[in-house]
Amino acid sequence: MNRIQQKLQEDHKLLSIYFTAGFPAINDTEKIILDLEKSGVDFIEIGLPFSDPLADGPTIQESSTKALKNGMTTNKLFDQLKSIREKVEIPLVIMGYFNPILQYGVENFCKKCQETGIDGLIIPDLPVDVYHEEYQELFAKYGLLNIFLITPQTSEERIRFIDSVSKGFIYMVSSASVTGSTSGFGEETRNYFKRINDLQLKNPQIVGFGIKDHDTFKQATEYAKGAIIGSAFIKNLNEKGTSSISEFVKNVKALT
Amino acid sequence: MTYQADEKGYYGEFGGAYIPEMLYPNVEELRSRYLDIMKENSFQKEFKELLKEYVGRPTPLYYAKRFSEKYGTKVYLKREDLCHTGAHKVNNTVGQILMAKKLGKNRIIAETGAGQHGVATATVCALMGIECIVYMGEIDIERQAPNVARMKMLGAKVVPAKSGSRTLKDATNEAIRDWINNPVDTHYIIGSVVGPHPYPDMVARFQSVISEEIKNQLKEKEGTENPDFVVACVGGGSNAAGAYFHYLDNPEVGIIAVEAAGKGIDSGESAATSALGKVGIIHGSKTLLMQTGDGQITEPYSISAGLDYPGVGPMHANLFKSGRGEFISITDEAAMKAGLELAKLEGIIPAIETSHALAIFEDRKFKKDDIVVVNLSGRGDKDLNTYIDYFNL
Repeated sequence: MNRIQQKLQEDHKLLSIYFTAGFPAINDTEKIILDLEKSGVDFIEIGLPFSDPLADGPTIQESSTKALKNGMTTNKLFDQLKSIREKVEIPLVIMGYFNPILQYGVENFCKKCQETGIDGLIIPDLPVDVYHEEYQELFAKYGLLNIFLITPQTSEERIRFIDSVSKGFIYMVSSASVTGSTSGFGEETRNYFKRINDLQLKNPQIVGFGIKDHDTFKQATEYAKGAIIGSAFIKNLNEKGTSSISEFVKNVKALT
Repeated sequence: MTYQADEKGYYGEFGGAYIPEMLYPNVEELRSRYLDIMKENSFQKEFKELLKEYVGRPTPLYYAKRFSEKYGTKVYLKREDLCHTGAHKVNNTVGQILMAKKLGKNRIIAETGAGQHGVATATVCALMGIECIVYMGEIDIERQAPNVARMKMLGAKVVPAKSGSRTLKDATNEAIRDWINNPVDTHYIIGSVVGPHPYPDMVARFQSVISEEIKNQLKEKEGTENPDFVVACVGGGSNAAGAYFHYLDNPEVGIIAVEAAGKGIDSGESAATSALGKVGIIHGSKTLLMQTGDGQITEPYSISAGLDYPGVGPMHANLFKSGRGEFISITDEAAMKAGLELAKLEGIIPAIETSHALAIFEDRKFKKDDIVVVNLSGRGDKDLNTYIDYFNL
């Protein structure tokens, strides 16, 4: 069983953190992963920076631009992660746009992920239809779970299709927006969380976009298995540096 | 062999719809309805009427006598510069605003590089009384000031794109983000044959009025519908797609696509995608794309703000890959010279984009009785400052 699947069986709400590899400094990747695991995060999304991240808001885009300026590349990331599995147990997901993966060679990329101990991928601009037709077998061959997004506008029929090709969790985008752009969840959003919960999908849902602190984490996980924090974590890194990671996680989980 | 899009929006290996799930409902709504809407009588009637009465179509197919004499061949200029707003862009925006109305959208967003598409979008939004937001790179806002002023006069809000190279590529990213954030009431009027399916095909169909008119006009003037060559400049490639459309599957007609070499193909400051690009994904479409070995999209350069896009439309990528199209790249210098030459020989000041297409005659020789149609995609008023600086006028 894949590490993500194991984690999803645990009996508590899960917290996932996204960070951009190569940010704030080029060699921070390992330190951030170690600190996140130590702080009690449940899984980690490692962002492979891209020049044109069109589903991301300004915070993540700026972190990507900075990471690229710092010299982050696909090869460099795999180098940095080479011995990560000797040090951490936490499920690791790479989140990246499709073009850099295409240039690396999709199979080559999957193979490298398997060797590194990556458990899953989130590729926002690889639609489920294209994945289903062209890449599903390849990802399975290398033991990678591909995570798909749904939004409040996704039809039930499509959600059912996404559920049928998913083998980990479904990334439930909290609202129609790019990353980092909402503040708190209104009634409409909570109704959407409940509506999806009521569909009784085979894959659990993890909420992303708009989660930044303990309150939003709690709201987001009322009906869902867990939640992902991206922009708020990047902002925190930006303002307080990598030494603030455990405090950030503590605050979100409201541990004292 | 067909060079049109298949039903999934592929031209050979290029095209498709590589979009985040957040855009799926918008794009799918458009994809599932655009062909039926375009077929509706009420749509066709209004589209044709607006093209005739508002845009000023058909545009002339002008035999450029002095230019032809100089280059020893028969050159016709398809005068898209005489369209209302000064470029072919308006053919597409008229079509898309009617499409948006049929889809029940009440807010329009667009991206623009040189500003021609932004002006054309702002124009049709004013015409229909619909809110209009235009994303434009900060750098382009500086170098295309007259077009920015036009958009503002027409009631559009011009939003500067401040990320990346602050040009067309980044304006497009911003527009896509806006669409992600406003998925229900907003239609995105893409200005070229780029983006996810159905945009390349839909825009090409709206622009195909150009080749349709060329056929009719050439029949009248030369007794044949088919020129020997159709020449057009390609940034994203909408004017080219329109000029080629009815000739794509007719091998008798040669297709010549002209790209911006900038300061030279090997100078590091170029926008010649066919020469420098590799297969990749930009703005939702698989196409030829200028990028690093690591798949980061690079920042193209051209003196012409309308041509400095790092990709080309998937139709053009396929024309290049299959050999159906002949691709030529032209430097800033050659383009500027050709623009000045057309002004002096024919009394027509072309957009610098178009000047690239005109510049091929220096090196690319044609037979004396060849009929060569050049799509004169836009007028040069917006580029006067660049011409002034370049030639110290």
